[in-house]
Amino acid sequence: MIIGLDVGGTHTDAVLLDDTGPLKEIKVPTDHRDLLHTVTTGLDQVMADIDPQQVQRLVLSTTLTTNAVVQKQLAPVGMIVSSGPGIDPALFRTNAHYHVVAGSIDHRGREVQPIDGDEIHALAQALQAADIRYIGVVGKFSVRNPSHEQQIADLLNNHFEKIFMGHHLSGHLNFPRRIATTHLNAAVYPVHKKFFTAVKQSLAAKGLRIPIRVLKADGGNTRFTTSIDSPGQTVFSGPAASIIGSVGYAAPGTETVVLDIGGTTTDMAVLIDRAPLLAARGVDAGPHKTLIRALDTTSIGLGGDSAVRVVDGDFQIGPRRRGPAMAFGGPVPTPTDALLVLKKLDTGDHERAREGIGTLAGQLDQTPEEAAAGIFDCCCRLILEAIDHMVAQINSKPVYTVHELRDGHRAAPRELLVLGGPAPHFAERLEQLSDYTVRVVPKWHVANAIGAALARTTSEVTLFADTEQKTATAPEENFNKKIDGGYDRQAALTDAFDLLRDKAIRHGAQANHLEMEAVETQEFNMVRGFRTIGKNIRVKVQIKPGLMHGYAKLLES
Amino acid sequence: MLTAPNKTGLVFFPAFDWAISPTHPEREERLLYTQDQVLEEGLFDIDGIVEYKPDLVTAHDIQRVHFCVPDVAAVTTESHLISAGGAKTIGRAVMDRHVTRGFALVRPPGHHAMRVVHGARGFCNVNIEAVMIEYLRQTYGVRRIAIVDTDCHHGDGTQDIYWHDPDTLFISIHQDGRTLYPGSGFIQETGGPTAVGTTLNIPLPPNTCEEGFLYTIRNVVRPILDEFKPDLIINSAGQDNHYSDPITNMNFSARGYAELTALLKPDVAVLEGGYSIEGALPYVNVGIILAMAGLDYSHVMEPDYDAVKQRQDPQISAYIEQVGESVLSIWQNRAAIQAKMQNGENFYRRNRRLFYDTDNITEEQQETIRLCPACSGTWKIDTTSSLGKRILAVHIPRRACSACRRLGRDWYTEAANGYDSVLLQDRPEDRYLTNPCNES
Ligand SMILES: [Zn+2]
Ligand SMILES: [Zn+2]
Repeated sequence: MIIGLDVGGTHTDAVLLDDTGPLKEIKVPTDHRDLLHTVTTGLDQVMADIDPQQVQRLVLSTTLTTNAVVQKQLAPVGMIVSSGPGIDPALFRTNAHYHVVAGSIDHRGREVQPIDGDEIHALAQALQAADIRYIGVVGKFSVRNPSHEQQIADLLNNHFEKIFMGHHLSGHLNFPRRIATTHLNAAVYPVHKKFFTAVKQSLAAKGLRIPIRVLKADGGNTRFTTSIDSPGQTVFSGPAASIIGSVGYAAPGTETVVLDIGGTTTDMAVLIDRAPLLAARGVDAGPHKTLIRALDTTSIGLGGDSAVRVVDGDFQIGPRRRGPAMAFGGPVPTPTDALLVLKKLDTGDHERAREGIGTLAGQLDQTPEEAAAGIFDCCCRLILEAIDHMVAQINSKPVYTVHELRDGHRAAPRELLVLGGPAPHFAERLEQLSDYTVRVVPKWHVANAIGAALARTTSEVTLFADTEQKTATAPEENFNKKIDGGYDRQAALTDAFDLLRDKAIRHGAQANHLEMEAVETQEFNMVRGFRTIGKNIRVKVQIKPGLMHGYAKLLES
Repeated sequence: MLTAPNKTGLVFFPAFDWAISPTHPEREERLLYTQDQVLEEGLFDIDGIVEYKPDLVTAHDIQRVHFCVPDVAAVTTESHLISAGGAKTIGRAVMDRHVTRGFALVRPPGHHAMRVVHGARGFCNVNIEAVMIEYLRQTYGVRRIAIVDTDCHHGDGTQDIYWHDPDTLFISIHQDGRTLYPGSGFIQETGGPTAVGTTLNIPLPPNTCEEGFLYTIRNVVRPILDEFKPDLIINSAGQDNHYSDPITNMNFSARGYAELTALLKPDVAVLEGGYSIEGALPYVNVGIILAMAGLDYSHVMEPDYDAVKQRQDPQISAYIEQVGESVLSIWQNRAAIQAKMQNGENFYRRNRRLFYDTDNITEEQQETIRLCPACSGTWKIDTTSSLGKRILAVHIPRRACSACRRLGRDWYTEAANGYDSVLLQDRPEDRYLTNPCNES
């Protein structure tokens, strides 16, 4: 049996399931001041009356690190950044203790300027004096040659509790994002570690030794023990659980849009043959542009509780929420009130809903029913427009080869999967107003917890080889090997897949069901003068997000 | 987070699967390290830098500029349509005011492609700047355009295309043609008899440093631009003046290119040549992008940059000043030079022999232009290539008077026998016709 538990903004959902399907579902209110209490309450309830020995795994999806980032409750970090020429690295300052040091590496991983050991020693003393315990070390082009980051970390070792190096966190190029990513990882490390240790202890106190896993922003899970080295992967994982929970209901072989209609926002994602698309560069949350692997989600400020006004003779819905619907004691009319007036919902104070919608109707010389229908249609149209916009964005992503520009895949989803409170009502109207086939996700009210429980372990490895320099490097995996001129794309793929397999199993994947794929394989001849001096090879392999092997069928039945 | 003062559009199209041949300078690898640098610097994350996917240009877009022999499909590949399309995408983004300026970082290049295209010259098949410019003129009605070509090689293709167009100011700054391909671009080349002074050439001596280039922009190019008052400034942004370029002999730098861009303030920059793919392009392109966006580029520097080597020989400085004075004097006396060139005649003829180095083709041209008092004059080219094709190419300019429009159509319909094809570029009508007898 597996337990999935998703801590949401207002509710925390937990499911218990086995290979026959969900056995038990519970919902408890989220207490943001005491998430540990919320989680243990949820666990106690979902595990009541079952034999704990039968629980193989507990997967937690929490807003813990996200809240720490959003509320700026971050641990003080010492950032040590070596850049060399380019954009002034001072412009990428993340926090108070941000220090630019000597050292420079070029695009092929060649050293341009060495680091200065004395400078690092002096910094170490200053940071210790300032009581800094967590360190981020980042170099430009460190993914092509991590030796400077490694040297700096070695010089600092023993003086600090935890050191994060940029090249361990992502194999992608993007120096400013590497800085931001490393800083976030170090800054949420203590809160992440403390929380999960506490969950573990509270289970242990009850005599339970259940392995804990954590849901990441890319919709995959990882063991708590491995998450400790990259806790930033859980930041902004909010939408992932619901999307993964919907994957099993998408028709195989098609393209699908998942819509999660909440109180304040509607989150959207595209699935291609049941695999959610990943964000091209990483988490992009307001000022936080990072290399943290994440699902490509779009969020619009429209939900059941969005404030509705009349502006220039038209409804304006959202993007703000001013409280719950009037039917539930809120201050302004909302789409939920409109659903009540249309008799699609029958909870809440019907009179207050009618009163709220009535004031809007008065401004437009309509009956409350007409206004409610207008508001509802307006919501559906805004959602459909946002879907069109999202698909257009996906299709306008630049490509870099003639082949891809000519024959590249164009996303054209035909199916919508809807979840969230008002899902059934929206599904019907969205289908009437569009060409999509629209379905409601079964068990949509706990799809998030199901998603957390059944997510597979995802992973990615980037490998860069340069036969002139005779090296193959996979920075995230501490992999560096001497190669000869015969090393080619195929050899690089073999190495990359070996590394990915090891990494995935270490993080908790099912060894005999690794769904590995190559995302990028490029091989260039390097020519100087009129002579080929070597090959430059770039390979990226991954286990993409989706359901654990064997569970997709279970959801279909 | 960084914010660009000037909202800047970028098309980045490295064509990683296209080469002229495996070891040719125009090969797959050319923009690989530039991409690495641009990605690592995080340029696409800067607020106000917008990356666009290139559109493809159509055969019609190309026919506004070129007479393709035997037709557009025969002398272009998809990569040319994308590369020209990248320039067009940026031009549109600027004209639609989605961005204030833009840079098409595309390949293959185009500035050696002339009006008549029998094949590839200097790695170029179609002139991507000209295809963009004529598209913008057709779509947005822009009239006065300046092109400043800062590639190390003379932009002989662009010069040929705009030789007779007084609305297009073409200024080429390049390594002296006595020392480098294509061997043209001398000060005396100043445009056809109805457009004298709107073609200007500034040949600089080998080993010109930052000082010489920036002097030329400040003291020669900028004053002429200020007087011409173009609606748009286009920069053919070749990067082969760099000190590390393997096929040229200049001594320019990445920061120099950035400063040049900041002085020139182009609305649209289009990548041309530049073959120091590791030592120069990554840094030059980052410098140009930052300068276009109005961001600080003072920390952009090549790993092997040496300030001492940038000290320009005083003799070179003196020579460059002289070149600048000659060019300015031509610009100031352009009306008199034009009157002398026309000499009261009704028509002007010239014969030329052209060579296509990339495809090893020679071409003989006889060109005739009407010296019209009311417009820039209809012209025709009688061309024969070593591939054996004889073509008559007739051009009616955009703002042709009615007499010139009639003349162009007469030349086209009444062409004598003996041509493999007869082509008409009817710019006022935006129609491009082939072989009158086959049509009616
Ligand atoms: Zn050139
Ligand atoms: Zn005329």
